[in-house]
Amino acid sequence: MDELLTATVRGLAQGSLYTLLGLGFVIVYRGTGIVNFAQPALMILGAYWTSYFAVVLGIGFWLALLLAVAVTALIGAAIERLALRPMIGEPVFSATMVTIGVFIVLQVLASDLIGLEERQVGHPWGLRRLEVGGVVVFHADLAKLVITAAVVALLGLFLKRSRLGLAMRASAASQETALALGVPAGRMFGLAWAISGALAAVAGMLVSTGGAGFTPSTTFIALKALPAIVLGGLDSVRGAVVGGLVIGLAEAYTKAYQPDLFPWAGANFDQVVPYLVMLLVLLVRPYGLFGTREVERV
Amino acid sequence: MRGRPELFTSYESDQAPLNTPARRRLLAVLLAVLLVLPFGLTGELTALLATAMLSAVGAIGLNLVTGYAGQVSLGHAFFLGLGAYTAAVLSGDPDGEVLGYGLDMAIWLPAAGLVAAVVGLVVAPVATRLKGLYLAIVTLGLVLIGEHLFRELRFITGGPGIGRPAARLELFGVELGRRTEVAGWVISREMQLYFIALVLLLVLAVAAKNLTRSAVGRAFAAVRDRDVAAEVMGVSLTRYKLIAFTVSSFYAGVAGALLATVTGFVEPGGFDLLLSVQFLAMILIGGVATLSGSLLGAAFVVLLPRLVQELPRVLPFVTSESTGGFLTTFQLQTILYGVLIVVFLIAEPRGLFGLWVRARNYWRAWPFSY
Repeated sequence: MDELLTATVRGLAQGSLYTLLGLGFVIVYRGTGIVNFAQPALMILGAYWTSYFAVVLGIGFWLALLLAVAVTALIGAAIERLALRPMIGEPVFSATMVTIGVFIVLQVLASDLIGLEERQVGHPWGLRRLEVGGVVVFHADLAKLVITAAVVALLGLFLKRSRLGLAMRASAASQETALALGVPAGRMFGLAWAISGALAAVAGMLVSTGGAGFTPSTTFIALKALPAIVLGGLDSVRGAVVGGLVIGLAEAYTKAYQPDLFPWAGANFDQVVPYLVMLLVLLVRPYGLFGTREVERV
Repeated sequence: MRGRPELFTSYESDQAPLNTPARRRLLAVLLAVLLVLPFGLTGELTALLATAMLSAVGAIGLNLVTGYAGQVSLGHAFFLGLGAYTAAVLSGDPDGEVLGYGLDMAIWLPAAGLVAAVVGLVVAPVATRLKGLYLAIVTLGLVLIGEHLFRELRFITGGPGIGRPAARLELFGVELGRRTEVAGWVISREMQLYFIALVLLLVLAVAAKNLTRSAVGRAFAAVRDRDVAAEVMGVSLTRYKLIAFTVSSFYAGVAGALLATVTGFVEPGGFDLLLSVQFLAMILIGGVATLSGSLLGAAFVVLLPRLVQELPRVLPFVTSESTGGFLTTFQLQTILYGVLIVVFLIAEPRGLFGLWVRARNYWRAWPFSY
């Protein structure tokens, strides 16, 4: 029972990372109709900048995190302006391929910046943990849950209540109508990318709160946010939250029980489980759990 | 139609593969050069050209599914891996540490393609239910699941970091991968690979050309351009997506089997997302939905690292060492893939083939410009 609960907490914490990253994917997808494959590289850049400001420059952790979020958001907006704006009106497939190109470039630059050694982000939680009747909870995992909940709430408020959020939703719903009503749709695209970058930076910091810090290959963790959003539906904020947590739990339970129950599946099987879950769900529901079914006219 | 070679009076002659004298001459010259070339090149460059031709086979496969039929696949690396391992297992040493049956190339080469094709056929039903970006994400998952399988099935793949020898080149009992002398000419291992690759590329390129100009090819284009309209006109989406995936996987399997023999070694880590992206880069840089684009793109992507290796002499901030300098050559070539994908998609979506068309049209109308 304790093992189950411990795995649940770990899974929810891991899942909240996928939620943050997934939200970044969803915001860009809803705003511009493309899947931003550059998101994983933005995540690792976010982790790098946090580490740079907090550890290399030695300013306080929270200030460093804020700066890192700002810088990564700027990078996101810059990518949109330079590489994606010219692709407006082109097929979404082409625009998505552009983000793959951007991913490769950013990933190489990030690994060049990070270097061969693993780096720390200088977070305040360390490896401290508390035990509640045999259930082990790391402070870092609690931080992941709390910060993600706060970010999701803020983002929800922003999208639902603020004028800017309303403008973003309007241009996501229909670019032409929004433009006709005076919403600068191009700037909304940039904003979507900036938000996606900011979310990626927070996720990047949280990913590196384990004992190990981060290396260039930490990027590939972010790819697991893709099964999460496909599970939830590419265009659903609620889907990203639910999908992220489900994928995180599936991964944590596999990690806890698979070595005993079915060891033949091999080491690191938990790394593959998100994709298997995704395949199974898509067989039943091609648009995910909360995704909008496309209505088509010839 | 003597004297008016570009006047087509039937659909058939319009769609013929080499329908203008210029094309026929160009192909003849190209073939002659390709036949003579290896005799004047070093072994290293010959092997590189063989790699380019085999990659072109894989790129044609990806172009069939992604370019012609419009189904974005990031899963090509998985099918290349399937081909490589099928071939390695079938031709492997029966007494070796990993599974092997010691069969002939006449068996393992088609088998590599067929196994990949069958797996493609099995995976395709999931894919046919999905569209566009959902499909891209699912095929990405396929690569990662495949990587896991290749890592864990140690009795087949040897496991990560260890790997296994690639398939042996033994055709109809004749041992090929060895230096031989024919009538005073030394035929090196690289040259033999080169000619196997050339023959295979010719056969499979002609087959692909014929497929794309047949009813199946037109159905692919209809599915790509407007799937709902295609279905209304009686083009079965499921059927043609299945065909596209199966044929594409066959090409990938064959290409994977022989690509592994160039280095003589298969390592499970090699079939990752970067490989898939490289193949996407080939068709995007070369030209989507054109056969010559696949060939140009494959040649470009395979030869690019060799060109980049020469760069440290010219550019001071690039270094061939693993430390020092701003960028290593490996980093630079990876960045170049990314930059070139972005630049081509923005500036010339038809790729190198599009550049060629522009140049041709310019000179055709010279000195007038339209």
